[in-house]
Amino acid sequence: MKSKVNLRDEYARWEETTLKKVLERSAERRESFKTTSDIDLKRVYMPFDTEGRDYMQEMGLPGEYPFTRGVQPTMYRGRFWTMRQYAGFATAEETNQRYKYLLRQGQTGLSVAFDLPTQIGYDSDYPLCTGEVGKCGVAIDSLADMEILFDGIPLDKVSTSMTINATAAMLLAMYIAVAHKQAVPMDQLRGTIQNDILKEYTARGTYIYPPRESMRIITDIFAFCGEHLPQWNTISISGYHIREAGSSAVQEVAFTLADGIAYVEAAIETGMDVDSFASRLSFFFGAHNNFLEEIAKFRAARRMWARIMRERFGARKPSSWMLRFHTQTAGCTLTAQQPANNVIRVAFQALSAVLGGTQSLHTNSRDEAFALPSEESVTIALRTQQIIAYENGVADIVDPLGGSYAIEALTDQIEERATEYIHKIDEMGGAIKGIESGFMQREIADSAYRYQREIEEKERIVVGLNEFTAEETPFADILQIRPEVERYQKEKLNRVRGKRDSKKVQDSLNRLREAAQGTENLMPYILEAVKCYATLGEIADAMREVFGEHREHTTIT
Amino acid sequence: MSKRTIRVLIAKPGLDGHDRGAKVIARALRDAGMEVIYTGIRQTPEQIAVTAIQEGVDVVGLSCLSGAHKQLFPEVVQLLRQKGGGDIIVIGGGIIPYEDIPILKEAGVAEVFQPGTPIEEIIRFISSRLGNRNRGH
Repeated sequence: MKSKVNLRDEYARWEETTLKKVLERSAERRESFKTTSDIDLKRVYMPFDTEGRDYMQEMGLPGEYPFTRGVQPTMYRGRFWTMRQYAGFATAEETNQRYKYLLRQGQTGLSVAFDLPTQIGYDSDYPLCTGEVGKCGVAIDSLADMEILFDGIPLDKVSTSMTINATAAMLLAMYIAVAHKQAVPMDQLRGTIQNDILKEYTARGTYIYPPRESMRIITDIFAFCGEHLPQWNTISISGYHIREAGSSAVQEVAFTLADGIAYVEAAIETGMDVDSFASRLSFFFGAHNNFLEEIAKFRAARRMWARIMRERFGARKPSSWMLRFHTQTAGCTLTAQQPANNVIRVAFQALSAVLGGTQSLHTNSRDEAFALPSEESVTIALRTQQIIAYENGVADIVDPLGGSYAIEALTDQIEERATEYIHKIDEMGGAIKGIESGFMQREIADSAYRYQREIEEKERIVVGLNEFTAEETPFADILQIRPEVERYQKEKLNRVRGKRDSKKVQDSLNRLREAAQGTENLMPYILEAVKCYATLGEIADAMREVFGEHREHTTIT
Repeated sequence: MSKRTIRVLIAKPGLDGHDRGAKVIARALRDAGMEVIYTGIRQTPEQIAVTAIQEGVDVVGLSCLSGAHKQLFPEVVQLLRQKGGGDIIVIGGGIIPYEDIPILKEAGVAEVFQPGTPIEEIIRFISSRLGNRNRGH
């Protein structure tokens, strides 16, 4: 007969005997081991580190509240995550070719990168746009460009994610208009607009209007899509950029969910029922280097959001409780030194996203510390996902690391620390107040500075950068955007301006301006303007006149 | 020998909002004893040149991650020269391919620092450049 063993006693004995003997002979590599969020890691995790917890309340089963183990009961046994490479450069013509290439290579969804003028609502010939046209994404000035971008791509067959925020309403309207021309009705469209303005103020910088006016546009989109685009993800509440700006994993979760709370509150304030829009909210996180912390982060975020939606907002539909998310491997971890190593970093980061239960994934390319990826580099990045899906085996078990003492303990700690931050932000009056006072910005900048100091002082080793360095030949085969792109885009824009019915354009812009002064939903007016080929800059300007522009207050902390 | 504090303007030209690098460098240079002004994002080359001259800085550090560096960095150098700030040292960083570095240097950018450059190296560069100049006077 087995005697009942007390594990705590056994652990104490082990520390006094087996462990002590070894530590007396040789110390460990460091005095303490910490994650990027400053969580102290134990040497070994034991069953009692997570004991006494209500399994169904903390972990539950896959596809059920609180979704710690995943949002679907079968996860990747049913279908792999969507392999979605963020792409866009130069003109709509060239980007259309890249999309067709990626679809031929087995990519399963599109993800559009727009250039900065498009993201900030300027036409390509606006003076401030010199040098930016077609650089970090594709240039879209009007519906004419959008028609070219999706030429030959059936919008009822593909799902499209668009990284667009301040001008999300305009680009969504253009997408709907293109679909209309393809005879695809709105209710069949599947995809996502990022539409997350709050993180633009804290981390990414492509804001136009002040926060309150921006929130109105966003809730207008929620309502419009609720009615007409039931399969569309109306927002992708993004931690990725917060993390890229330098935050820790805990801050990434906390600030993202705090932003999420602000959007839900704003929508409820307009009179919407929480269950009418909550299931179309989606999220976006980064996958950084600390493998186990990242897996725990994804699981913790899912559990936290389920609790927030059910307990705080009283959502009743299970689909309103689900945190569905896209992941991108962390661009800030890529090194310009020994860029081939980046392929390995990306593979581990991508694996953490899959083990964390992501719904879609972008894997970065090895050359992104220099430029936009070349075709060869992006193919390797896509192949990395395919290797995880088809060769690695991790996709065959749902939440395969669930129940790992270490993973569960880390999941708890991330939840605990991120919840503390959310309480703090609540006390400030919510995320918008936190942003206006610069709280999030300061927290992120402090973490970024600490991270850099750790690298400088070699407390943090980055292979090939501050250790294991080597003389190397410069990385060649870089994608360069031809300078003619800007001129070509401006000519195309002028042709559009010359061909359209300018009376119709002016009328539609006047109606939009009037609607902006009132409280009506802006989406139908934007759609109308887009359809008569008003340019993105014209539409954004009409709203600038009414809403004004946001100005950042910058200080070095 | 009088030792004046080195004054630096860290600036974000163009529309790029990625300010992590600019902020980290600004803070590190300040911690290294320099006086640092940070412009914030979305500055035109004109605004940057005017600020640099008004503030009497020794160095302008430009950060751009959007790929617009080949237009924007040379324009800042040109405007500084036109406005009588030709002796201000312009350095740059961001997502910049190797093959662009000679082009930028040709246009008057003193040095380009790629991702992963130790901040110590930037501090050394600034100090040595200004040190040489002081000896020359």
